[in-house]
Amino acid sequence: MAFAAFGSNDGKNLTESNRKSGRIVLALLLPGLVYLGLFFLTPLISLVITSLESPDPSGAIGAYQYAVDWQNYVTVITNYFPQIIRSFLYAFLATLFALLISYPLAYFIGIKLRGTGLIQRLMVTLVIAPFFISFLLRTIAWKQIFADEGPIMQWFHHVGLLGPSQFFIGTPAAVIFGLTYNFIPFMTLPLYTTLERFDIRLIEAGADLYASPAKIFRKITFPISMPGVISGTLLTFIPIAGDYVNASRDYLGSSDTSMIGTMVQADFLDNQSYPTASALSVLLMAVILVLVSVYVKRSGTEDLL
Amino acid sequence: MRKRSLGLAAYSVIALVFLLVPIVYTIAFSFNDSKASNTLWEGFTLRHWANVCSAGNICEALGNSIFIGVASTLIATVLGTALAIAIARYSFKYRASVNLLLFLPMATPEVVLGAGLAAFFFNAGFTSGFVTTIIAHVMFCLSFVVVTVKARVQTLDPVLEEAGRDLYANPNQVFWKITFPLLVPGIVSAALLSFALSFDDFIITYFNSGSVPTFPKFIYVAALRAVPAEANVIASAVFLLAIVAVLTTQIVGAVRRRRLA
Repeated sequence: MAFAAFGSNDGKNLTESNRKSGRIVLALLLPGLVYLGLFFLTPLISLVITSLESPDPSGAIGAYQYAVDWQNYVTVITNYFPQIIRSFLYAFLATLFALLISYPLAYFIGIKLRGTGLIQRLMVTLVIAPFFISFLLRTIAWKQIFADEGPIMQWFHHVGLLGPSQFFIGTPAAVIFGLTYNFIPFMTLPLYTTLERFDIRLIEAGADLYASPAKIFRKITFPISMPGVISGTLLTFIPIAGDYVNASRDYLGSSDTSMIGTMVQADFLDNQSYPTASALSVLLMAVILVLVSVYVKRSGTEDLL
Repeated sequence: MRKRSLGLAAYSVIALVFLLVPIVYTIAFSFNDSKASNTLWEGFTLRHWANVCSAGNICEALGNSIFIGVASTLIATVLGTALAIAIARYSFKYRASVNLLLFLPMATPEVVLGAGLAAFFFNAGFTSGFVTTIIAHVMFCLSFVVVTVKARVQTLDPVLEEAGRDLYANPNQVFWKITFPLLVPGIVSAALLSFALSFDDFIITYFNSGSVPTFPKFIYVAALRAVPAEANVIASAVFLLAIVAVLTTQIVGAVRRRRLA
């Protein structure tokens, strides 16, 4: 269901456009595009403008004036360097783990369960089931499962996985664990969509030509599933890089695991330091636009949606 | 070959169990006989299910989340369905730019969307509240609606519409009597997804809702001390309703396909 179009598309359904269908297309496209222009693009421009503002001469907290002041960017890069590095490092690792966990699962549901109809659909429903229960409560559940005084930590101490004064919650490992968990469905679904349409006869052809299963996977299955791998990676890496709930001290992290999002939220909502919060957001957005443009250059835009 | 599939099946079951552990935990702790904090198991009770609204303003927050979810879903579904039909059925200039514009909101971290909208509303002199929250939710739900409905449009057999035209139906009749009914399952899935996204959104809402309480905001604030079991009750009830809705659409779909086959 959801995401069903990720990763593969053909555009074969296009009919010849004529003047009448031109008017229909415009009527269909215009409301949605105007909406996105107004409430998606304009806010991004708003962020860029705010990121260049300088403090109001009155010195009032939260008051800024229009300027072209690049100082905010220098400030955030110097002050928040650890958070910036951490965000991309955590996002890289969590995306990698999500891919390693999701690929066999998507392969099983998309290829091995093909033709089972309802069973396949039920498995997909289980993959998206976490979407239907509060993201915050799921993260709190892990926090409590691995609580310092809980049975699992006691067992970890008992078998010597952790030293007597070591705990899991609050560590970078716990944050990466939570991020991986929370974003697995975003990786599994696009992978499933491409694998589900994968022509099994190609595997049979490889086997007929005496290729080993490993070679079949390396030379046939994996390359063909690349669109799914790339969509899944984008849809996982990007939200993880901006997440701050998992890394928060009240969830799985500590003050040593703060990420870019933590700083944007603190600067914007608590310190009323709108220009630095905006500069940090613009930097994050710039990295993401680079990633998306690499993808578009490689695969075009039809596979995006 | 057979043996390898078995290993893969076992692995998949373990992976799914891993995905479901926090859900089971959350549901189980809605029955926990806890007093102040809901962190340790203290015995079974139905007390929290019977008095859901007893925890602070949790029911006000829930009502707001439902209202915001329904309003955003309605708007996002109408706008998104129109976009999906245009993209899947017609060719037009600037198609690549349109695809990109629709993809970018999904590819933008929530914190950037949240801060961007908040900066925009602030600069434009809007006061944060219900309206700004709904505007924000429609914006991030829209692309997900397009993706879901577009998938459905692409699987439609054009022969059915041709048959309608052959029988002298005008374009309006073809759309409303043939195309639209066939799209309904896709539109329903899109609306369910949109509602789920809106209902569970925390980050963008936190930036743009001002003092309006929502269910995720209630949990976030409560988590600074201890989340009451009533929050687990509401989340569990919503989860069970959503799963029943999804399973129903799937089973109805399977039955209908079998009847058509």
